[in-house]
Amino acid sequence: MNHLLSVNDLSKEAAISLLTTARELGVVSEGGHKKLPTLRGRSVVNLFFEDSTRTRISFESAAKRLSADVINFSAKGSSVSKGESLKDTAQTLQAMGADAVVIRHGASGAAQRLADSGWISASVINAGDGTHEHPTQALLDAFTIAEKLEISNFEFTGLRVGIVGDILHSRVARSNVLLLQKLGAQVTLIAPPTLIPVGVHSWGVDVNFDFDSAVGNLDVVMMLRIQSERMNELFFPSAREYSRSYGLDKLRLDRMTARSIVMHPGPMNRGLEISADSADSQKSVVLSQVKNGVLVRMAVLYQLLSGASSL
Amino acid sequence: MSYLIKAATLSDGAVVDILIADGKIARVAPDIQESNSQIIEASGLRALSGLVDLHTHLREPGREDSETIASGSLAAVRGGYTALSAMANTSPVADTAGVVEQVFRLGQAAGLCDVFPIGAVTQGLLGEQLAEIGAMATSSAKVRIFSDDGKCVSNALVMRRALEYVKSFNGIIAQHAQEPTLTVDAQMNEGEISSQLGLKGWPAIAEEAIIARDILLAEHVGSRLHICHLTTAGGVELVRWAKSRGINVTAEVTPHHLLLTDESVLGYDAVFKVNPPLRTEADVHALRAGLADGTIDIVATDHAPHPSEDKDCEWQAAAFGMLGLETALSVLVSTMVETQMLDWAHLERVMSHNPARIAGYESHGHPISEGKTANLILVDPSAKRVIDRNKMASKSRNTPYDGLTLPAVVTHTFFNGALVHEVDRGAAK
Ligand SMILES: [Zn+2]
Repeated sequence: MNHLLSVNDLSKEAAISLLTTARELGVVSEGGHKKLPTLRGRSVVNLFFEDSTRTRISFESAAKRLSADVINFSAKGSSVSKGESLKDTAQTLQAMGADAVVIRHGASGAAQRLADSGWISASVINAGDGTHEHPTQALLDAFTIAEKLEISNFEFTGLRVGIVGDILHSRVARSNVLLLQKLGAQVTLIAPPTLIPVGVHSWGVDVNFDFDSAVGNLDVVMMLRIQSERMNELFFPSAREYSRSYGLDKLRLDRMTARSIVMHPGPMNRGLEISADSADSQKSVVLSQVKNGVLVRMAVLYQLLSGASSL
Repeated sequence: MSYLIKAATLSDGAVVDILIADGKIARVAPDIQESNSQIIEASGLRALSGLVDLHTHLREPGREDSETIASGSLAAVRGGYTALSAMANTSPVADTAGVVEQVFRLGQAAGLCDVFPIGAVTQGLLGEQLAEIGAMATSSAKVRIFSDDGKCVSNALVMRRALEYVKSFNGIIAQHAQEPTLTVDAQMNEGEISSQLGLKGWPAIAEEAIIARDILLAEHVGSRLHICHLTTAGGVELVRWAKSRGINVTAEVTPHHLLLTDESVLGYDAVFKVNPPLRTEADVHALRAGLADGTIDIVATDHAPHPSEDKDCEWQAAAFGMLGLETALSVLVSTMVETQMLDWAHLERVMSHNPARIAGYESHGHPISEGKTANLILVDPSAKRVIDRNKMASKSRNTPYDGLTLPAVVTHTFFNGALVHEVDRGAAK
């Protein structure tokens, strides 16, 4: 594996290997070794064309805990309409001798372009490209599910996961559908029909337009962030109506099964897709997601840059 | 200069000699003896009428860095074209007599093929006010085809008026069918692949809704309508229905829509980004069937050069369009002749005779026969070539076929009796 661009780049075995490595790294960290020497002398560039402080910090602390040098390259403001900037930036990073580039970009496929175009020889890690994929988010979500539901071998057969919200524009949803299915889970997408992609029949998932009929039958409820501007593009009539039909409020939370969990990739719009009750409930594993994000990203950097598949 | 072509095979299979003199086809007969002409041995070669393109983007005036009328003309004759139709979306837009006359004159100055300008339907391609269609029609360029191509004439009243207005001089409106409200920021065909790639979808219905509307408008006002670049099975059905009702509609298909599908987009290589987008395999089959059964009248290249910085970037920042002139015949031989869906005579009709008839290009698109203007080509159907984007005559490199092996090489192109293109046949083999 040279790059991590899409969950499709991972076989089931490779995904489980990454998750296992992440767990081992967690054990080592808790044993008091906050910092490992593994990637000393290697450089990791965080190339962020979109603002995302939390994802950048997560990758940065993952790299630093492996002793890599981190360069933050914020290219925000380089407009997508002037496409030359991606190529120019890539060539600059190549000249600087980057070993890995973590890229966040507003255009779907930007990470793959960077990896395939011959502009750069570094490993490319997709930290979110447009409305395409966000593979490390899916890995940290799978890690968190396994941790909270005590599935130590990462075999998710029989697990029922609902992904709720703006599927059409969500890179988190695309990566999660691919990974959860690889691990054996049964995925249901829950959204208004306007926010379900036209080609969804090829995804092998269930689609349910009615959150209320689904919520009591799920082991995991994964809420997606909704942008209220979507109503200007006629995807739904108003934020209030969206919230009433697809928000995770107290009533729906109370109908969830006893062991089930609530996830959210953050940042949350409290009161819109998730109520404060739900966000702060015992079922919410949002803070674990953040913590596990660092471990999973350490595992990805470790495997890509050291070439080893276990510690 | 006169030329004697020996033992060429016409599209109907007859093997003949062809004598070209004084710009005309002087004789067509089995065994012509003539000592003062340059002899061209054409055994095994097909002789076809010079190809006629009704849909070419030449970028001059305005973007001479990506193509000029001269470089586009060279690309044309290498691909076997003796007549081009230069689309109006230049800068400035070809919406006045002055611009179309300039384009026409530059084509004549290049001298390799005829370059017939297409006039804009609306001022500035804005879709609001009619351009000075009459002035362009009566200019020295004698424009007969009007199109806002690149943009759709989406306002129904504007389209109706344009269709009516050109009736006085037997003009034709060539519509780029794309309902704009259904394609805001659209990037590729809407379907399984777009859902997987997270690229904004461009539904087939956005094309078909306009085709359906315009067919009905053309019937209502009794005008000639030409549909540019059909890409969907539904669009083919609509045109078939219109023709069965006797509505005066013609339609074109591009080579790339006969060969490529939206699966080409999977690597996000923007060389496959084109408007209208590449569709599904089912659409490709419907287009091939439509071309074979006569529903689709012509092949048009939609040759759209772009500089590398507009393609060598992330998908959504890239420009729409691909080169076509130098590869069109080969793609047609590959997709339609070798699959036995078209014979050579039918291929000659859809690439030469029909477009010339639709546009009224009188010196082009005639079966090879005595007395006609000598616009004709020789093609080696058994030769194969590997497409190399760095060896294009075009100033741009955005061919989607780079590295692909395609059949058939245009060995000679005659324009008004002059040999304007010839390849070393030893090298072509
Ligand atoms: Zn067009």
